[in-house]
Amino acid sequence: MEELINVVDWSRAQFALTAIYHWLFVPLTLGLGIIVAVMETIYLKTKSEKWLATTKFWMTIFGVNFAIGVATGIILEFEFGTNWSNYSWFVGDIFGAPLAVEGILAFFMESTFIAVMFFGWKKVSPKFHLAATWLTAIGASLSALWILVANAWMQYPTGCEFNPETMRNEMTSFAAVALSPMAMSKFFHTVLSAWALGGVFVCGVCGWMMLKKRNMDHCWRSLKVGAWVGAIGIVLTMITGDTSAVTVAKYQPMKLAAMEGLYKGDQGQSIVAFGILNPSKQAFDDQDPYLFDISIPKGLSFLATHDFDAFVPGIEDIINGVSYDSEGNAVNTIPYAERMERGKQLQELLSQYSAPNNSGNMLMRDSIQSILNTDFKHFGYGYLERPEEAIPNVPLTFYTFHFMVTVGGYLLLFLLLALLFVYKPNILDKAKWSKWWYRLAIITVPLTYLCSASGWIVAEVGRQPWTIQDLMPNKVAISDLSAGYVQVTFWIFAVIFTALLIADISIICKQISKKSQTDLDTVND
Amino acid sequence: MTTYNLLQNYWWLIISVLGALLVFLLMVQGGQSMLIHYTKPDKRALLINSMGRKWELTYTTLVTFGGAFFASFPLFYSTSFGGAYWLWMLILFSFVIQAISYEYRSKPGNIYGSRFYDTLLLINGIVGPVLLGVAVATMFFGAEFTVVKSNILNMDGQSIISQWGPKHGLEAIANWKCLLFGVMVFFLARTLASLYFINNINDDEVNASQRHLLLINAGVFVPLFIAVVVVILTSPGMGQDCDANGNMKWMWIPYKYLHNYLTMWWALVIMLIGVGMVLYGIGKTLMKGDYKCGIWPAGIGTVLVVMTLFWVVGYNDTAYLPSLLDVKSSLTLRNSSSSEFTLKVMSVVSILVPFVLAYIAYCWYKMDHRKLTSDELDNTDHKY
Repeated sequence: MEELINVVDWSRAQFALTAIYHWLFVPLTLGLGIIVAVMETIYLKTKSEKWLATTKFWMTIFGVNFAIGVATGIILEFEFGTNWSNYSWFVGDIFGAPLAVEGILAFFMESTFIAVMFFGWKKVSPKFHLAATWLTAIGASLSALWILVANAWMQYPTGCEFNPETMRNEMTSFAAVALSPMAMSKFFHTVLSAWALGGVFVCGVCGWMMLKKRNMDHCWRSLKVGAWVGAIGIVLTMITGDTSAVTVAKYQPMKLAAMEGLYKGDQGQSIVAFGILNPSKQAFDDQDPYLFDISIPKGLSFLATHDFDAFVPGIEDIINGVSYDSEGNAVNTIPYAERMERGKQLQELLSQYSAPNNSGNMLMRDSIQSILNTDFKHFGYGYLERPEEAIPNVPLTFYTFHFMVTVGGYLLLFLLLALLFVYKPNILDKAKWSKWWYRLAIITVPLTYLCSASGWIVAEVGRQPWTIQDLMPNKVAISDLSAGYVQVTFWIFAVIFTALLIADISIICKQISKKSQTDLDTVND
Repeated sequence: MTTYNLLQNYWWLIISVLGALLVFLLMVQGGQSMLIHYTKPDKRALLINSMGRKWELTYTTLVTFGGAFFASFPLFYSTSFGGAYWLWMLILFSFVIQAISYEYRSKPGNIYGSRFYDTLLLINGIVGPVLLGVAVATMFFGAEFTVVKSNILNMDGQSIISQWGPKHGLEAIANWKCLLFGVMVFFLARTLASLYFINNINDDEVNASQRHLLLINAGVFVPLFIAVVVVILTSPGMGQDCDANGNMKWMWIPYKYLHNYLTMWWALVIMLIGVGMVLYGIGKTLMKGDYKCGIWPAGIGTVLVVMTLFWVVGYNDTAYLPSLLDVKSSLTLRNSSSSEFTLKVMSVVSILVPFVLAYIAYCWYKMDHRKLTSDELDNTDHKY
């Protein structure tokens, strides 16, 4: 059993490592892709060589970042098979489809048109080139769409049913999978936050160049596009964040409770604006969950349901099966202990059905089918040994969520101000704030990356221990490997990706420094 | 044949097309393995920039091949990837280091120097084709694994459906038949790379050296290919046949792949056409000094031959991943595929494949109709 836990932990660690590295590069590809496409569109409309120089400046950075995004991405797709073998069979019928569609529709689009984008300036017409740049950006977003559809399905499995003959889930509605509320909110929230990151990145780089007083006009041109894309991105990220919260409250209430460190819920539940968790707090002890907190009355009820007086269940309520409707009437939800029992019974029945002497027994199949219809949502709980196993890491989920929200609020202010200063630069000059503003723009870049990574940590840590919500815990999803094997590959990945990250940052810094010293402002129009 | 069976066969066809295109595009890796033959920086730059405009296509095809396998035959994904862990991990590591090498090698600030990235390209150029060949070869020669789907209901920590031997893929690399297949793929990639460079680069020195390399690589590839074909056709395969009591059973059948070629005579015809086209592309390029289009017949021929290899290993009631430990665990198109509904949905999506191929072809026609020269590299903003 100890070996099993080790394999699960190392497999999770490896997936987390590769996913976090991958996500360092993807949002910039998504955001900068749109920014570069807008810049080239302006170039084509104005025929201004200055806009061409600006477009090419950002395109170079896009290219460096894109390559490492591709390198880190291939691992993730194959890791589903290499490290999560049971998972691949149990849900491959549903999960594989978005991945295949991603390959056919998005990857080929990206890989074909990015080559035209970089090498086609003198080989294709300007309009064709612009179309290639847009198609590269769209291809990247389409790729995000399909992988996020797949991820959303793991958080909210829908459009499928369990087949006892094949011992797996099978798709019954592609539309339900692709257009689930979880998929839609996840896609828009993720992609739009990448626009915000792209905008902040442009502001940060321009801030550095403006501090050095290099290519000021180029910087203002860049900021015009970057600030707009970033501001639109962050405003829409906020709106879709609200939708995401409502979706999580509905389909993953345990995750919401962990995000807030909420153990006992209430009607008109307050939300913690700032808090320090009590590190020794465990579910069902009587300790206060917070050492210190500043809360906004009724905030969580409104965030989760858009109703100030609604009941929001805490971790203990969910485990005990306690909830209330909008009128305060107790709602019968099923306690985890009972879900575990029903899950185990279902698994026992399926075991009997899969025994050779019962194969094809129609009577048994019919009876199992009727139980599956009512109890399959408890299937995964049958693997749990105690209800507390279903509680995610509360401190990590809580702090990353609050960090994300706080920095997200700051980014809204920052990008709206950036937009203001683009059109009213005198405000900065008059107040002699320019240098401070530029420095702030530089500092905001790493902060935005941390914010973006925090969002993913909330999404993924908050749904633990489930690989597939309610159906498959991590410990059942793994491959038949020893912990030592996964440890070796974990460290190889850690070394390779860290070495590549160092090279990537170094190249990007050098490119920015070198290109900023070439004259981008006195190009003849 | 039921609609479900038809869909399973259709998706095996798609897999075979993607697999065949991947083998053809491994010419990029073949080209990378040739970097050691070039010491002059300008000639190396020509080679690297010529390949650098295609590497993503190979990469994307590999990813899509994996994705399509996952979607259509998830039990293979679960069994082979999770089982032959080291084999697949080594393949992946080699592709990770490739992806950044083109973009980083000539960029200032790349820390490790361009030689380092060229070495990474070389490693991918050798390891990628050989190990992908080894992985595909396990489909013919089998592997040590078992599959028990009901294991997933075990709550005692033994819940893994697919269990593989303790060497987790290293045993396939040590198997001479699999390794022979891998080395053959490597020399095929190098042969195709030479044909591609001759077509894509307008430089007399590169042209002459590539014709010389073509002679050597094709000279090694052709006997290796014949050896692999002989080994495959004389090997047993797992298929359905009548036992002593007249019941249909899965069992090892001698010369199964030869039988499959003879039963599916059209596959044999296509393979022979493919072999003919490859030999024509190589032969004409070697014999006519001004002929530069050998990559087209050889490339199309490669695609045709590889497709038929996938057909004989999967169609005609054949297990495409035979288990050496337990006959019942062997993977077939019927027991390892996605559900009928999923295959139907994806078949609708696959209608777009010709459209995708068309825009790729159009883009590359536009990009490649002027051949790469040193002058172009000197006057371009973006080069590797």
